[in-house]
Amino acid sequence: MVELVLFILFGLVALFGAVTMVWARNPVYSAMGLMLTMFSIAVFYVSNAAHFIAAVQVIIYAGAVMTLFLFVVMLIGVDNEESRKENIPLQRPAALAVIALFGVGVILAGRSAWVTGSRVSGLGEIDGSVERVGSELFNNWLLPFEVTALLLIVAATGAIALAFFRDDEETGT
Amino acid sequence: MTVTPGWYMALAAALFVIGVGGILLRRNALVMFMSVELMLNAVNLTFVAAGRELNAIEGQISVLFVMVVAAAEVVVGLAIIVAVFRRRKTASVDELAGLKG
Repeated sequence: MVELVLFILFGLVALFGAVTMVWARNPVYSAMGLMLTMFSIAVFYVSNAAHFIAAVQVIIYAGAVMTLFLFVVMLIGVDNEESRKENIPLQRPAALAVIALFGVGVILAGRSAWVTGSRVSGLGEIDGSVERVGSELFNNWLLPFEVTALLLIVAATGAIALAFFRDDEETGT
Repeated sequence: MTVTPGWYMALAAALFVIGVGGILLRRNALVMFMSVELMLNAVNLTFVAAGRELNAIEGQISVLFVMVVAAAEVVVGLAIIVAVFRRRKTASVDELAGLKG
């Protein structure tokens, strides 16, 4: 019962945040809407007994990633709101048609398989604690975990390189 | 009335579709990037819900890896957006038509 109330409440909040992100003309409002959605998804992680993942979601996504987004929004400038005029002909109707098609496909797939047909498993049998996730990660997924460290180093180096080597390209404008 | 994992998957599908809509309808590079993040989050939600239904911890492990890759992607992507903005003074993807014949 608690889970149902939480699902309905935060489901609506998540959808509202996502629609706000797409609809708002000011990028700051978009970032705020996305932050709302990410917090709601963290609540869903807790409902699904993924407590560690929920904490990571709040710290990394709602904290670090969204702060980075807001920094870049402030850097680029919040005052240049984009106009709603579309330059490419037929782009907007085609996009709406694709969205509608996707929605119909999701509803059809859901009716045939998982929304009605999934058996109700016990609530929260799975243990998402730090011990369980950590032992699984370091026992069975050690190599991928180390590769992510390499990936992060490459990404950080790439970002620094993009920020540094720019003086010789200023003439291109 | 219990909440089955299918409900979470339906919600995640809706969020994913909204993300696709953001990609297709917006032209601000930052908002398009946020839409990508929204789609990644929606898929993460399906991983966790499916992992609970199947009683497997691997769903949460996959979410952890997706988060790491998404963080790396955000760092590089935002650096590219800032670099493009420095040269072209715009964040709109429609104005980046330098390769147009």
